[in-house]
Amino acid sequence: MSIALSLEAVSKEYPGEVFALRDVSVQVTRGEQVAVVGPSGSGKTTMLTVMGTLERATRGEVRVAGHDVAGASDAELAGLRAHQVGFVFQEFHLHDAVAALDNVALGMLYTGRPLSQRREAARAALERVGLRHRLMHRPPMMSGGERQRVAIARAIAKRPLIVLADEPTGNLDSKSGGEVIDLLHELASDGATLVLITHEETIAAGFARRIQMRDGEIAFDEAQ
Amino acid sequence: MTATTARLARPDRIAPARLPLSQLISTALQALRTRRLRAALSALGIAIGIGAMVAVVGISASAQANLIAEIDALGTNLLRLTPGQTLLGANEVLPATSVPMIGHMQNVLSDAAVYQVSSANVYRNPLVPTAQTGGIGVDAAGENLPEVMSATMTSGHFLDSVSDRFPEAVLGAEAADVLQIGHVGGHVMLYLGNTWFTVVGIMSSATLDTSLDSTVFISLPVAERMFAVQPNPSEIYVRANQNQVPQVSNLLAATADPQQSDGVQVSRPSDALEARAAAKGQFTALLAGLGAVALLVGTIGIANIMVISVLERRGEIGLRRALGATRRHISTQFLAESALLAVLGGVAGLIIGAGATAIYAQAKHEPFVIPLYALITAPAAGLLIGAIAGLYPAIKAARLSPTEALRAT
Repeated sequence: MSIALSLEAVSKEYPGEVFALRDVSVQVTRGEQVAVVGPSGSGKTTMLTVMGTLERATRGEVRVAGHDVAGASDAELAGLRAHQVGFVFQEFHLHDAVAALDNVALGMLYTGRPLSQRREAARAALERVGLRHRLMHRPPMMSGGERQRVAIARAIAKRPLIVLADEPTGNLDSKSGGEVIDLLHELASDGATLVLITHEETIAAGFARRIQMRDGEIAFDEAQ
Repeated sequence: MTATTARLARPDRIAPARLPLSQLISTALQALRTRRLRAALSALGIAIGIGAMVAVVGISASAQANLIAEIDALGTNLLRLTPGQTLLGANEVLPATSVPMIGHMQNVLSDAAVYQVSSANVYRNPLVPTAQTGGIGVDAAGENLPEVMSATMTSGHFLDSVSDRFPEAVLGAEAADVLQIGHVGGHVMLYLGNTWFTVVGIMSSATLDTSLDSTVFISLPVAERMFAVQPNPSEIYVRANQNQVPQVSNLLAATADPQQSDGVQVSRPSDALEARAAAKGQFTALLAGLGAVALLVGTIGIANIMVISVLERRGEIGLRRALGATRRHISTQFLAESALLAVLGGVAGLIIGAGATAIYAQAKHEPFVIPLYALITAPAAGLLIGAIAGLYPAIKAARLSPTEALRAT
C-alpha cells in the first residue's frame, strides 16, 4: 500500500514561540479513513491545512501523494491541491449566486480542464451524492445537508487522492450530519483517502482509525 | 484512477495548477455579474471621463469636417497668382499680358484679375481725417471676380459695363462693416480718391481669400483713367479643371511671365485653409480637463471598490486557494475584474461621447465624425486604468494567507 500522506516530526510555529503543531509524525495509507479528534486549539485544523498544503510546516518533512512539499513552489503546491486534494469545510464555502452544478465545476477550475468537461464531471459527482434533482438549484434554495453534499461533490468530482474534511457536520443537525458522514464513508471506500476532523464521539467511533490531539501533539493514534 | 496512478508513478513531477485565459475572463465576468449594481456604479466614473474625452475629440473632428466640407463646396480648384519679390527685395510686377495669356491656357475654366489702386483711399465723406482709412484698400477688378471666388452679393450687384464709364464701387464684406453700409438701397455715396463714387453692391465674405473682404472694388478703366493705374495685376485668381489642378499650377508662373517666371508665386488657397482647419481643432482644454478629473476619480473609485471586494471576498479567496489557485491566479483574477470593469466603462464612455457628439453635430448641422483612433483608444485607456486601479487590491488578495482567508467568513 502506498502512503497518501506522511508527516515526519512536523512542527508549525508562529512568531512568539507559539506552537500549533509540535513534532507530529503520522502516516496515512492510501484508501485509509481517519478521524481526528481533540479539544479546540489542539492543532487539528492546523494539521489538516499542513496536510492540504495550504500552510507550510516550520520544521519536519511533509509528503503529499508522494511529493515532498518542502521544496515545492507555490504553483506546484497549488497543482497538488488542484489535482490530488479535496477539501470539505464546516461553512460549505459555496457560491450563492450560481447553481450547484457550477459550484461543483468550480472545484476543477484550476486543473485547466474546459468548462464542458468540468460540468460533465460535476453532474456525475452530484448524482453520486444523491443530488441529481438539484443540479440547477442555487445553494440558498437548499437545506444545510444538501449544501454540504454539494460541497462534498465539489471535493470529489476531480477524483482526488485525498479528501480532507474539517468538521463537515458542524453546521448540520444530527440527522443530516449522519447522512453526510455516511456519504463520506461510502465515497472514500471507492479508494480515496479520508481525513476528517470532528468533535463528536459518535462520528469518530465510526472510523477504523482515530487520532487524538492535544496541545499540538498527537496524544493517541489508535486503530479501534 | 488511472490518471492518479500515472502521476504517482513519477513523484518527482507535480502537475501544475492551470487557469486558461478564457476561464480567467469568464471567472472575472461572473464576479461582475453577481454584483451588477456595484459594477455599474464603479464603471460610471470611467464612462463619464472617457465620454468627455471622446466628446471633445468627436466635436472638434466634426467641426473640422464641417469646415473642410465648406471649403470643398467653394471649390478646391482655385489657384492664386501674386507677384513675388526680386532678390533685392523689391516687388516684382506681373506683366499686363499675363491675364490674356492665362485665359488662353488649356484646362483654365475662368480667371479674374485684381489691380491694386495704391494712390486712393476710401472715406464716407471728405470731412473724415485722411489718416482714418479704416484699413480699407482699393482694387480694380473685372466683372467676373465674384463668380471666380464663389462669392455672392449680399446687396446690389457687382461691377458691370456701366461701371467702366461711371464712378461706381462695390464693397467687400468687411469694408462694408467698417464703413457701416448695410445695403445699397437709395443713393449711397463714398468719397474715394477725391471723387464721389456710387456704391452699387456689397459682396459676401470671400472665404477662399478673405483679404478681398476689406477691399473696395472699382472698374479697371475707371482706375486707369482717374488714378493712372497700370494694368499690372496684383493678384490673378484662376479656376482650373478639377482633375488638372497640379498641371495647371505648374504652368501658371511661366505662362504669366515667360521672361521671369521666378517672380510669380502660385498658391492654392483651399490647401492653406484645410491645413488651418485641421490644425485648429476646437479642442476645448476645459472639457478635456474635466474628463481627466473624472477619469482620475473613476480610477480611484474602481481601486476603492476592488479593495472592499478583496476584504469581503476573503472566504472566496481562501476557497480558491484550497481548490488549487496559485497566488498569481488570485491576483490575475482581481486584476482581470478591475480591467474588465474599466473596459466596460471605456466602451460605455465611447457610446456616451459619440452620443454627445451626434447631438452637437445635429444641432450645429455639422457632419458626425468620431476619429478612428478614439474607437481603439477608449477601451484601451479603460484597460490601462483598470490595470492600474486593480494592481494594489490584486496584490493584497494574493498575499492573503489561505487559512486566514478561509476563517474569515
